[in-house]
Amino acid sequence: MSRRLLRHGSTEVTEKRKALFGFPRSRRQFAGVFVATAIALATLALAITAKARPDSDEARYLSPREMALSLDERRLYVMCEAGDEVLAVDTQSGAVVKTVAVGHVPRGMTLSPDGKKLYVANSWDDTVSEINTSSFKVIRTLTTGFEPNGLAVDTENKTLYVANRLSNDVSVIDLGSGQEIKRLAAGRGASYLTPSPAGKLIYCTHIYPKIGAHRTAPESEVTIIDTLRQVVIDRKLLHNVAGVFHTAVSADGKLVVSAQLRPHNLVPLAHVEHGWAFGDSLAIFGDDVNGVVQVPLDELEKYFAMPYDVAITPDKKKLYVSSAGSEAVSVIDIRKMLAYARESNVPIANDLSASANYVVGRIPVGRNPKGLLLSRDGRRLFVANRLDDSIAVIDTANDVVVSSIDLGGKKDMTSLRRGERLFYSARFAFQGQFSCANCHIDSTFDGLQWDLEPDGFGVDIVDNRSIEDLAGTEPFKWNGGNPNMATECGPRTEKFFYRSQSYNSAELADLVTYVMALPYRPNRYRLPGGELTPPQERGKAIFERTKTKNGTPIPEANQCGYCHSGPKYTNTKLADVGSGKPTDRSPLIDVPQLPNVAYSAPYLHDGSAKSMEEIWTVFNPHDTHGVTNDLQKDELNDLIEYLRTL
Amino acid sequence: MRAISCQLSAICKVPSRFALALALVFAVKAFAATPDMPRFRWENFTTANGLPDNHVFTVLVDGDRIWAATENGLGLYENGKWRVFTTADGLAHRAVLSLALDKRTGDVWAGTMGGLSRISAGRIDTFNQLNSGLSNDVVYGVAIQGDYVWTATAAGASRYNTRTGQWSLFNERNTPMYEIWTYGVTVGPDKVYYAVWGAGVLEYDIKTEHWKDYNDPDGETEIVLFKDQGLIHEITTSVSYVDSILWVATYFGDSRYDGRNWHNFLTKDSGLPSNFTNQVKAIDANRAWFSTDKGLAYYDGTNWAVYRPNLKTGAPEMYVRDAEANITNIAVDTAPAHNYVLAVDFQGDDIWVATAKGLSHGIRQK
Repeated sequence: MSRRLLRHGSTEVTEKRKALFGFPRSRRQFAGVFVATAIALATLALAITAKARPDSDEARYLSPREMALSLDERRLYVMCEAGDEVLAVDTQSGAVVKTVAVGHVPRGMTLSPDGKKLYVANSWDDTVSEINTSSFKVIRTLTTGFEPNGLAVDTENKTLYVANRLSNDVSVIDLGSGQEIKRLAAGRGASYLTPSPAGKLIYCTHIYPKIGAHRTAPESEVTIIDTLRQVVIDRKLLHNVAGVFHTAVSADGKLVVSAQLRPHNLVPLAHVEHGWAFGDSLAIFGDDVNGVVQVPLDELEKYFAMPYDVAITPDKKKLYVSSAGSEAVSVIDIRKMLAYARESNVPIANDLSASANYVVGRIPVGRNPKGLLLSRDGRRLFVANRLDDSIAVIDTANDVVVSSIDLGGKKDMTSLRRGERLFYSARFAFQGQFSCANCHIDSTFDGLQWDLEPDGFGVDIVDNRSIEDLAGTEPFKWNGGNPNMATECGPRTEKFFYRSQSYNSAELADLVTYVMALPYRPNRYRLPGGELTPPQERGKAIFERTKTKNGTPIPEANQCGYCHSGPKYTNTKLADVGSGKPTDRSPLIDVPQLPNVAYSAPYLHDGSAKSMEEIWTVFNPHDTHGVTNDLQKDELNDLIEYLRTL
Repeated sequence: MRAISCQLSAICKVPSRFALALALVFAVKAFAATPDMPRFRWENFTTANGLPDNHVFTVLVDGDRIWAATENGLGLYENGKWRVFTTADGLAHRAVLSLALDKRTGDVWAGTMGGLSRISAGRIDTFNQLNSGLSNDVVYGVAIQGDYVWTATAAGASRYNTRTGQWSLFNERNTPMYEIWTYGVTVGPDKVYYAVWGAGVLEYDIKTEHWKDYNDPDGETEIVLFKDQGLIHEITTSVSYVDSILWVATYFGDSRYDGRNWHNFLTKDSGLPSNFTNQVKAIDANRAWFSTDKGLAYYDGTNWAVYRPNLKTGAPEMYVRDAEANITNIAVDTAPAHNYVLAVDFQGDDIWVATAKGLSHGIRQK
């Protein structure tokens, strides 16, 4: 696709744009001018955009997510999740000057310390694209684990670390040979990697909590890797936390900050009115604090949903946090935050009044702000407005957006794109507490079990289901109560989730369009040609069998393929498989679809089975959930191997 | 003179002049011929100084750290202190039977009476027969081969792929394993070997993925009719594969196999203090340590050394048996904690010894 770079405005304005966006040859000369004129020019600059792409039918939405800055700071590299490409933006002109196609659904990017290579994690291809920053071409494709996301390169540019979300580990790749030399066990949903300033450590965070005991508070971890030994040396536990995103480390290495979610999934969601659904917060640890301290970002009546990225200024005075669901970047006074954290005698993680002591600003930005990037002098903060296809530029002296870089994505808003914006926006929930994406992180799930309805504590606990490839799986909800997605997303969401009147009919239609279009992620257990391995073949035979091993016919309704039939492996009916609990109002549950069931542990309607094995080894004593008690252990393993291929 | 020939005492009753001359000859010969076998100063750990339990099934050296698998928890000795991991920490079971270190990742894998645990930077992940594809909860042996974790369980062998989470089970239905009580496992660059209690040794070829069994040509009898014509006995307890040499421990003697020839070791024709061997652990193609119920034995390819508390008096004891079957007592001040030895591991020139009554650190003296 050709890219026509259009410039707007007069020469004078262009020069002013250079001052705003760029890093002039003589920084000292321009610094004073910049500070003096920044605010005055902010309004003007906002109106100025460098249109990077023609708004034609060929145009695509880009969804910028992560950024990196060249060593000379003349190029801003922008990784676009929907565009499957990386853009090189001229920081002086704001124009997209180069593009390079990468793999499918890129989710992470890092620049090598020598500035010569960009690495992009192609989450749906299980690869990393290595880009030469001079030629801006992909020069090598490296193999990773399942669904790579975050990346980090060691200080010697010799080793690449890749966080693999679905294999829950970190690939260690020798950049000389391009070969993965080992995997390190991380936590569930390993997604983001951050090296310490000296490069001795790498911090890995996870979007899913550990699979712990049923109905216990979620727990996540920050996995700490020693780059010298290339092993995991510590795991910082984050209690009552699920969903941890980016981390930042102060220049002195003494303060580590991770953006995180504190879900209150053990109490009925009726308590949204009491601010008791999600806590948007930070985990802080390191030499500056004692242990791990969790500090809230929210206010008493206003929430800053889905904290995603964190940036600490070089002077360690300020901390910026993007709130992906709230179209804002929060500004935190680090000195005040540390003082408050140290002086508090009780945990402050749930204290909504706490943030007033250290949050000193909220900067409105674009839709679904994700990645943050500070210039090396800390004067500019770039914000990737993922669902606006733009980059906001914040003047950190005044904490205002002084300009916006239009990356040139498609301008016509389709129903799909509008629906995506709705899905990721928290503005419809009471006090802006959360969005669909809080529970369906990156349009998947959250690994949690929720007490959704106001029917008493601990009644009708439900596991959060995956929402990929939903067409044909109606009705929805574990009790099958919602005949279609419009009901699911509309009245149900208003009543049980958001506790406020939410979408109008047009918005609801857009949201349904988006949700129903979420695709099936690549299945990693199928061979490339689609054929089955011998264990998978044996498992398929067990799945499809009509007789037990001693020849006794299995009643049709108790054969696997009866309930799990059709292209999505659900007959879309209700069934009692004996997994109901006394706290369930009905033992009848909606037969879940099985595509990519391998990734969505825990299992059963209430998430009580921590693994697929437990569905049958623990929760099927009377052969009510298919006949499995005649199977030997290796045969059950075969059945599971087959299910993983669906 | 520190080394005194045992044969000397046997000739003490002969006429004095002749005896003196003969004794001198023997003494000189014995002194000259006594092999220079490793000597240790033994430091012993029990519950009195922090070990979680005195019954130590196995020991694992992890750099400067020592892991002790005991009947009541997993002990970690580091910087002079013991830390104990229990079921409260997530350990699969209190009784830890086997240990393996993944040298690439630093993770320690522990086979227990209740499943398999991975200890990774303080976090313990547990795999058992209910929550995973593990074949059985009683995990007698564990070994690491690249990304695979092989386990020897009471119901066959399991292989866990740490990259994909997939399990492969090996038992009587897909291998020549006619008994499924697997007791030990060892891996090399090309082969995986299993000690199958009552069914000899199983060999897995990593390249071809084929299994082969090695059995006692005498069958299940305890009489050795055909020595050196095959595995010494079917009741195998341990295997060690180093430098393309397979060493096998059984309750009725031990074997060494170079891929073509077998060589067996029995008390009657070797320096083994007992045929009842719990573990064999090789250093290289020619040297190995044998953990028996009557002491710890070292074989250097020619000579033997035995380290133990005296079986009657409990006094520290070390003796050397040379190629001519001459036995020389070595005066020692210390000994391993108990003569019932279950396993060893090496820390440079030092050795750590798991016994039924404590853990011992053999500090090399010469």
